[in-house]
Amino acid sequence: MSETITVPTMAEYMAQGKQPEVLFWVGCAGSFDDRAKKITKAFVKLLHNAKVDFAVLGTEEGCTGDPAKRAGNEFLFQMQAMMNIEVLNGYEIKKIVTACPHCFNTLKNEYPGLGGNYEVMHHTQFLKSLLNEGRLKVEGGKFKGKRITFHDPCYLGRANNEYEAPRELLEKLEVELNEMKRCKSRGLCCGAGGAQMFKEPEPGAKDINIERTEEALGTKPDIIAAGCPFCNTMLTDGVKNAEKEDSVAVMDVAEMIASAQDL
Amino acid sequence: MQYIPNILFLVALAAGIGYFTINIRKVIRNIKLGQEVDASDHTKERWGNVVRIALGQSKMVVRPVAGLLHIVVYVGFIIINIEVLEIIIDGLFGTHRILAFLGPVYDFLIGSFEILALLVLLGVIFFWTRRNIQKIRRFWANEMKGWPKNDANYILYFEMVLMVLFLTMNGADLALQQGVASDAYTSEAASHYITAGSFPVSQYIAPLFEGMAEGTLILIERSAWWLHILGILIFLNYLYFSKHLHIILAFPNVYYGRVRPQGQFKNLDSVTNEVKLMMDPTADPYAAPAEGAEAPAKFGASDVMDLNRIQLLNAYTCTECGRCTSECPANQTGKKLSPRKIMMDTRDRLEEVGKNIEANGTFKEDGKQLLDDYITREELWACTTCNACVEACPVSIDPLSIIMDMRQYLVMEQSAAPNELNVTMSNIENNSAPWPFNQMDRLNWKDEG
Repeated sequence: MSETITVPTMAEYMAQGKQPEVLFWVGCAGSFDDRAKKITKAFVKLLHNAKVDFAVLGTEEGCTGDPAKRAGNEFLFQMQAMMNIEVLNGYEIKKIVTACPHCFNTLKNEYPGLGGNYEVMHHTQFLKSLLNEGRLKVEGGKFKGKRITFHDPCYLGRANNEYEAPRELLEKLEVELNEMKRCKSRGLCCGAGGAQMFKEPEPGAKDINIERTEEALGTKPDIIAAGCPFCNTMLTDGVKNAEKEDSVAVMDVAEMIASAQDL
Repeated sequence: MQYIPNILFLVALAAGIGYFTINIRKVIRNIKLGQEVDASDHTKERWGNVVRIALGQSKMVVRPVAGLLHIVVYVGFIIINIEVLEIIIDGLFGTHRILAFLGPVYDFLIGSFEILALLVLLGVIFFWTRRNIQKIRRFWANEMKGWPKNDANYILYFEMVLMVLFLTMNGADLALQQGVASDAYTSEAASHYITAGSFPVSQYIAPLFEGMAEGTLILIERSAWWLHILGILIFLNYLYFSKHLHIILAFPNVYYGRVRPQGQFKNLDSVTNEVKLMMDPTADPYAAPAEGAEAPAKFGASDVMDLNRIQLLNAYTCTECGRCTSECPANQTGKKLSPRKIMMDTRDRLEEVGKNIEANGTFKEDGKQLLDDYITREELWACTTCNACVEACPVSIDPLSIIMDMRQYLVMEQSAAPNELNVTMSNIENNSAPWPFNQMDRLNWKDEG
């Protein structure tokens, strides 16, 4: 990053005998994927800007086990879960925010049964709460009047019934939101879920991300907004496939807010 | 001699209900082949779902055309069945329109049955055209060839015939009532047909019978009456062989449906125990299992007996509407996976196992299983676990849970995941990320430009 921003770790907090307001669970994509890292940084900037006292686990964080579980490897999932829960409980974590709906879902729904009980929020939910508390200002700026369509991540939408938080944020950006026909509870998957991200698709007529991107492009968007690093990758690939990467951007809602604030 | 019709009716009724009971007990026996599952939680929410989703048809109307038509047929079916109560009493005791003493209430009831019968008839005809003329894609998918397609049409024909018989019966009855009232018909047989009920629909059928001989008209009325009630009994017994079982099973199925968030997949307790043991530094890895300890449970499902009872109830409840399949991203992009086929295969295999048990006393190994013989691996691996099928199902069936259980079997019992997933999983195991990055590099992003 050009300007330095501090990203404190839980270990550092612990050493100072402090507890952060919230733990930012970065996730594997957010840590390692070049595109997703930009989302991570944008979100961190927003946290700083809103003066949120947060920390990350850093090298103590490990895959939540979501892809292993959806692939059918319950062993590996529970191994990952137990290790993470040991770390999280060791730090007495109460509240977690993450920019990945897969991490969000797993931490929120599947960890409690294994001894990990936390308040878990998706970053759009968390940003919305900051907005409501007056700690975050979201203004249109450069996005005012832009044509946007929002792709619902399956693990935020159907899986956890959250359709409004990202849309409320987009509304604050004063964009022109054009919904796809298949949206909200009937939203079409980007094709990455269930560990599909890590394998070639089965033979068929078309790849799912192409189908979804075509639908998104059908709304004539300036930006396709997403709330998941994997959806982001799939849709970005789809836009490239349609040779529209010069005119249509795929952006995370957090990136848009950070960009609107010139962060 | 005069009691012969009553006796015949009693025999038909007993046979109809008896045979149906035998078959329902088969369904219950087959469902009990599945693993026990605790669904004693969330009682209030479950009843709420029954009221909203099953009785209230809340998920049907997501697709308004089919949804509203279905509500017409469903309401018609339930309300018109009140009339069946009267028919049964009349049949058993040789009375005619025993509830006529209700007066205006009776007029209202018969009137509404008639209107509903007409609406049902129109609705069913519309359903038929959607399937056979409009050829809506989800009714013509691969798994709908042969029996499933015929089954759907037979149900519609049945309902058309039943409604026509009901209205014919009323029309003839009305013509007789009018004849008796105007002293045109004076025989003792005709004197049964007292003036009762209102006939907003069949009043237009009655004129067709004008001028008919008294005996002919009574024959028409009696034939329609008998064929109608026998038709209902036959239809009742058709259910077991048909996708139409949903008219009964939808209610328990919705009750036992998902009450947790759709994203929450169950954690396998058998695995939890193993993992805890692995992570317990004091555990002796070479310890022999305790005396009398149960054999380790099979992980995941390769056959119907490995599935749980709710999943098997799901299979019997599925009415093959195909909303799941038409929302499935894999299916929409031409992959082999069809959630509806997962449910149909599960039921077919379960029926096969049930017949095996009937023939042999207990299940005799038949060299077949749900995996591969019915559901292929290609189908299972095409799923994105997006929950669109679960969301779409109007009666709370969960095809995804079966897919997941079968994946678990493939991965944990057979080590048969697609190779790329094996690489992903070994990455997670070795460096705690699905990609080959070092866990120690997890925070490097903060210092990258």
